[in-house]
Formats: sequence, C-alpha cells, structure tokens
Amino acid sequence: MFAYIVRRLFLMLVTLFGISVIIFVLLRVVPGNIVDILFDAAGFVDPADKANLERELGLSQPIVIQYLHWIGGLLHGDLGYSYVSEKPALEEILPRIPITARLAGLALLFSASIGIPLGVISAVHQGSKLDYALRVVSLSGLSLPSFWLGLLILMASVSLFGTMPIFNPNPKTWLEALTIYAVPAMAVGFRSAALTMRITRSSMLEILRQDYIRTARAKGASEASVNYHHALKNAVLPVITVIGIEAAFLIGGLIVTETVFNIPGIARFLVEALRWRDYPIVQNLVMFIAVVVVVVNFIVDMLYAAIDPRIRFGD
Amino acid sequence: MRSVRALAVAALSVLTFSGTSHAAEPKSGGIFRIYHRDSPGSASIHEGATYSLNVPFMPIFNNLVIFDQHIAQNSTSTIRPELAESWAWSGDHKTLTFKLRKDVKWHDGKPFSAADVKCTFDMLMGKSQQKFRQNPRKSWYEQVDEVTTNGDDEASFKLKRPQPALLSLLASGYSPVYPCHVSPAEMRTKPVGTGPFKFVEFKANESIKLTKNPDYFKKGLPYLDGIEFTIIPNRSTAILGFVSGKFDMTFPTEVSIPLLKDVKSQDPKAVCVVEPNNVSTNIIINSTAPPFDNLDIRRALALALDRKAFIQIMFEGQGDIGGTMEPAPDGLWAMPKDMLEQIPGYGPDIEKNREEARKLMQKAGYGPDKHLQIKVSTRNIAVYRDPAIILIDQIKSIYIDAELDVVDTAQWFPKIARKDYSLGLNLTGNAVDEPDQSFYENYACGSERNYTNYCNKDIEKLFDQQSEETNLDKRKKLVWEIDKKLQEDVARPIIFRARTGTCWKPYVKNVTIMSNSSYNGYRYEDVWLDK
Repeated sequence: MFAYIVRRLFLMLVTLFGISVIIFVLLRVVPGNIVDILFDAAGFVDPADKANLERELGLSQPIVIQYLHWIGGLLHGDLGYSYVSEKPALEEILPRIPITARLAGLALLFSASIGIPLGVISAVHQGSKLDYALRVVSLSGLSLPSFWLGLLILMASVSLFGTMPIFNPNPKTWLEALTIYAVPAMAVGFRSAALTMRITRSSMLEILRQDYIRTARAKGASEASVNYHHALKNAVLPVITVIGIEAAFLIGGLIVTETVFNIPGIARFLVEALRWRDYPIVQNLVMFIAVVVVVVNFIVDMLYAAIDPRIRFGD
Repeated sequence: MRSVRALAVAALSVLTFSGTSHAAEPKSGGIFRIYHRDSPGSASIHEGATYSLNVPFMPIFNNLVIFDQHIAQNSTSTIRPELAESWAWSGDHKTLTFKLRKDVKWHDGKPFSAADVKCTFDMLMGKSQQKFRQNPRKSWYEQVDEVTTNGDDEASFKLKRPQPALLSLLASGYSPVYPCHVSPAEMRTKPVGTGPFKFVEFKANESIKLTKNPDYFKKGLPYLDGIEFTIIPNRSTAILGFVSGKFDMTFPTEVSIPLLKDVKSQDPKAVCVVEPNNVSTNIIINSTAPPFDNLDIRRALALALDRKAFIQIMFEGQGDIGGTMEPAPDGLWAMPKDMLEQIPGYGPDIEKNREEARKLMQKAGYGPDKHLQIKVSTRNIAVYRDPAIILIDQIKSIYIDAELDVVDTAQWFPKIARKDYSLGLNLTGNAVDEPDQSFYENYACGSERNYTNYCNKDIEKLFDQQSEETNLDKRKKLVWEIDKKLQEDVARPIIFRARTGTCWKPYVKNVTIMSNSSYNGYRYEDVWLDK
C-alpha cells in the first residue's frame, strides 16, 4: 500500500510539472498580451509605451526566464501580481476559492444524493413506468445545457416570486445563503446527477444479474439488503470514477453557471483573466485547478483501493 | 426628426418622457444600486478610453468645468463651473484662465490647489516626471503650450493658437483633476478625488462601491449615502436583476431596443429613455493596397450602402444617419439634411446609387462574371459582427464577394496598425460632440487613431481653420464643409449611429442621460431616491 501511495504521489508531481509547462507555453502562444488589451481600450497602439509596459511587466524577458520566475515564486508562495488589478494574485484568488468550492461541493452532493438512489430505483424497477420516467429525467439532464437551465430558473424565479437568487456576499438569512448556492448548484449538478444515475443504473443492472446476487436471494436476504448491501456496494466503483471525473469537469460547467448567477468564483474569474491575458492569475488559477483535479484523482484511486481490496493486492 | 423619435420611443415604452425626472423635495439617504456591464481594467479615468470607467468613477472626481448634468445636449452654453469658480479667455483667445475654489479638499483631507491642476494636465501632455501607463487623450492638449499657476487659486492654459474647443474638452467626463500627491499607480487601484463620493473598494468582476463624501464642497450634496455597482457581464441576468428590484438602474445606454421591450413588459413602471450615444459604426478601408487603392472602388463601396436597412434590421429603426459629426437634432454640428443627401451614397434612391456603384466597379474591371473577392475584418463582438454581416450582404450587389474575418479583441488594433486588412468594420465613440475631438483624432495625418492613414493636407488646413474660429456660425459652416469632403473622399464611411436605452425605477430622481455623448453625465451628486 505504501509503495502504491508513493508511486501515485510521484505521478502527481510529474503531472503537475507537465501541466505548468503546458499552461505557460500555451498562454504565450495565444496571440496578444495584456499590453495589447490595454492599448485596445485606448484605441491605438503606441509602440514606445507598449515596449515600456512590456518591460515593466517582465514580458520582454525570454520565456524560460519568465517560467523560472513564476515557478520559483510559486514554490515560495509568491504568486506575483495581477496585471489588471495590480494586487497580489493570491489576494485575488484566495477569496474566490471558498465560493466555488461551496458551489462545486453542493453540486456534487446534489449529483450523488439524487443520481445514486434514483439509479438504483431505476435498475431495481427495470422496464416499469417509473424506470421510463426516471430515464426521461436523466436524458433531460444530459441534454439541457446548464446555462440555459440557469437562465430558465432565474426567469421563473423573477416571474413567480418577484426576486432572483443571484449572489449576495452578505446574505441576511440562512435561507438566502442556502438559496444563493443551492439553486445554481442544482442547475450545474443536474447534468452530473443524470450521468451518475445512468451509470448507477447500468452498473446495478449488471451486478443484479450476477450469481452471488441470486445466491443472496436464495439464502433469504431481504430485497433491500440485496439491492443496497450486496449489489450497490459492488456497483458503486464505476460511479465513484464518474463522480471523480465529474468533479474535474465541473469547473467547465461552473464557468457558465457562475456567469449566469453572477457568482464571483474562480471559474468566472478565470475566463475574465484569460480575456485580459492576465498571466499571473490564469497560470496560478489553472495550476490550482490542476492540483484539485490531480488530488481528486488521487483520492479516487485511494477509494478504489479501500473499496476493492483486489486493487491493493494487485498493485 | 425629434418628433419622429419621440413618437417611436413613446410607442415603444409608454412611460418614456423626458430624460430627466425631477421631484419636489430631495431626500437624503439610500444606496443607489446599478449593475455594471463589465469589469473596468482600472479605476483611472485618464488611462482608459471606455465609458465603463467613467460611469462608476466619475462620481469620485471633479473637473475644472463640467457639462450641466441635467441638460441632455452638451454644448458650450451648458458648461458650468466645478472646481473653478469662473473662467475667462484672454483677448487673443490664447489664454484660458480659471479662478479656483478655495474650499475644496481631496478625499484624504489634503487641500486642493492650482498645483493639482498643473500636475494633472502636465501629465496628460507628457511633460511631468510621473507618467500614465497609457495616455489615450494626449492629442486633446496638442494646442496647449503650458499650464501655469498664479498662487493656489488660479490656473491658466496657454495655447499655441486659439482653440475655443478646449473648454468643451475640459468639461468632459474624461477630464477630471487628479491630486499631485497620489501616484498614477495608486489612482488605478485606489483613486482619490474631490468629488461627491469617495472610493471604497473595487473588486474585479464583482463590485465597485462608493460612499458619500461628507466634506463635499457643495454643501448639502450628495443626497445618496453611496453608490454600488454590481458587475454582471451577462446581459440577461443583469436585466432580470433590474426587473426583480435588485438594482435601481440599468447600466446607462446599455439596454438594446429589443431588450427595452422586455424590460417594459416585465416592469411597466420602469422609466426608460432612448438616446443616441454618439458612437458611429463605420468602415475602415486600407487604401494603401489593392483593391481599395482605387478611388472608384472606394466610391462604389460608399454608394452600395443602404443605411436605413442597417438601422431597421439591428435597432428596429432606432438609429440615425449622418456624417462624421453626430446627426441632428441631438448633434450640434450635423450637416443640414439637404447637404447630407448630396453626398454620394446618402441619397434616398438606393437602387440608383447601386447602379452607379456597379458602373464604377465595371470601370475598375469587375462585373457579373468577375467578382471582387475580399475579407471584411472585424472584432469578435456582436456589435461589430452583426453590421459586418449586413455589410457583406449589401456589397454583394456591386460584384463584391466578401468573407467575414473575425478578429480577437487583443489582435484588433495591432492588425489594423499593421495594415493587415482590406476592409474593416469599426465603431468609433466620441467623448465630446466637438469637431476638434473628432477630426484630429480620426482624420488628421499621423494621428494614432487614424487607422486608415487618410491624409489630406488641404483638409487638415480646414481642421485648423475651424478649430481657431471663434464665431460659432462661421465655424459650423466650416465643419459642414469638412464633414462633406471627408465623406466624399470615402475617408471612413459612416454607416449609422445607434440609439440605446437606459431604465430606472420610478423612485430614482434627477438622472439625466446625455444625448450627444455617453461619457459625461455620471457625477450623480444630486441624484436621490424617493423611497
């Protein structure tokens, strides 16, 4: 087990190094930089001022030196300064992380708490009207873009209640606090829930046909025990994989959801930073997201090992 | 024209009345909540060229003089003193002297003086040690030789030659006075002014907060306790926020005509106005390379335009046709209609114009069997892309097959500067309805914003002539002549000017939307909430 963890940790570091190089190079391959954007606002480009500003921001240095500066700073906890706000990048990024974390956490919770039970119910009642109804719901979840769903929720909210759950940094009641996160989390988590449900259903259907399930029934185990103790426990492995992948993909879904619900999280901030070519923000944010994804994958790997001892032994 | 517009607006939104809403007795207190369309790049007005900056940060500052905040049409007759108590031109019109107020303090408690005026304009002219990161309006002060002070309470602008327009430029929202003791870098992040509101915080992509300045030199003002701008780039969310009462006002001049209908249907009590914003949609032509180095092809292009169709398709008829200067009745310098219609391409008979255009194309070697293949470059933003598509459709009628070339914003001006385009569709905003600003910026030889490099020394002499002219009537006639010539030369064909809407809740009082500029009307010192 120890060797397994060490090997995974080493792979994590190699992956993160690779990602850092890719982010850095790709950002600079994209045409235009912050100076172009600033001069765009002015409506013209003054070559002398542009050169001065590029020098001031360190953009005229060779790309390798720029990379070493960044990585050196990163290892010392210095993320540099935002080109746009001229504030430390850490100061800009940190307050936004809990907002997105809450939203992503709620979305995943919604996805798992809705998707898994409904998937089990759908599998257990395969071919019934309930199964068909749940499959329609899951297909809708996969088909509806989250930005469209988000807008629809906002419109319905304004039309029915005369108010809308857009972000407020200082909610007055706990209900308001819950609403400003829960509603967008549902909008973005609906697709994940649908996917989780489908994976749970298909995995459950496969397991329910296994011999040991028949044996459990023959031994007189109750239906609930068969479904939830024997079947679900064995069917949950691919579901965990999907939830892990969804956690990583969620950031993409959050970009539009944060925009529609005007939530000042890291996903929307990343898009804006990219628009401004605010390298210190984009590089560090993408690195942060990469770390989260890599760590989530690591946790999923650990969960595999915990749930299925064969993985440990096979390692 | 005015009555037609009034009728159209009335039909569109029943409650549209005057741009100004005054009520009897102003009440103090309350936070004025507005949504903002995007996150400005900084808080320094002098370093930006977008009204995304002016709207939230103009309330922090004062100018020497300012356009009356309650008269929609900016003109020299609506200029009011602000940090200056009075002003006077010298007999030769080469010195403009301001007597300054003595009771003004910066938000950090330091006294305001004439030295601050000198500092600000020296920096704008590039004469000081401290430099702006970018200085987009340096050309405004081309004719200012120096700014001098006489004690703490008097500042004078000494000009190289008479320039009556200087006063209008100084009255723009783009001309606040900055403090000497605060660096340009600090002004970008924590601006300090003398204005009715103090800066509290600017969270990028989130919000901008201002609070009442209790020591404002205009006693009793401002009425509001503060102003909060919530940054919502998504238009649908922003409009829904306004309708649901999260905001007291929409971002000024940001509500499109179709969206205005939505707002009125969902919030019938909202007060909405539609005004021109003095932003022209125009064509930039690379006349240094084939095929547009051929004047006949340029003229054919100008003749092919059906301007009314653009306005009808994009704005349901809510737009104006004119030359370089803002069209009448809101524009002060617009050519008379009969003069405008004499310009090729502006006549009412579109088919006749296009027939003439086709003849010019045939003369240049193109025809039904040989179409000219070009690209129409434009920025990847809807307000640019949409008219570019209509343009491509219209020029098909004169044997030009064009392909849309959408360019990322970061690459737009570098591409234009490289002359790496054939035909481009561009938008040009005018901060002041003033020929000096428009002509020198966009058409003078060597000007940074003269993207097409149009250079006509004869016209440039006329630019100077009108700029020096102190007789308003004579100046207007010169401006008309110049504008007509620019259109005939196909220097930068103007397609149309859009009108846009602004809505606020009925309890918001004393808001006026300017009708010939989008940059000057956001001091908000006497706006109040009747709640």
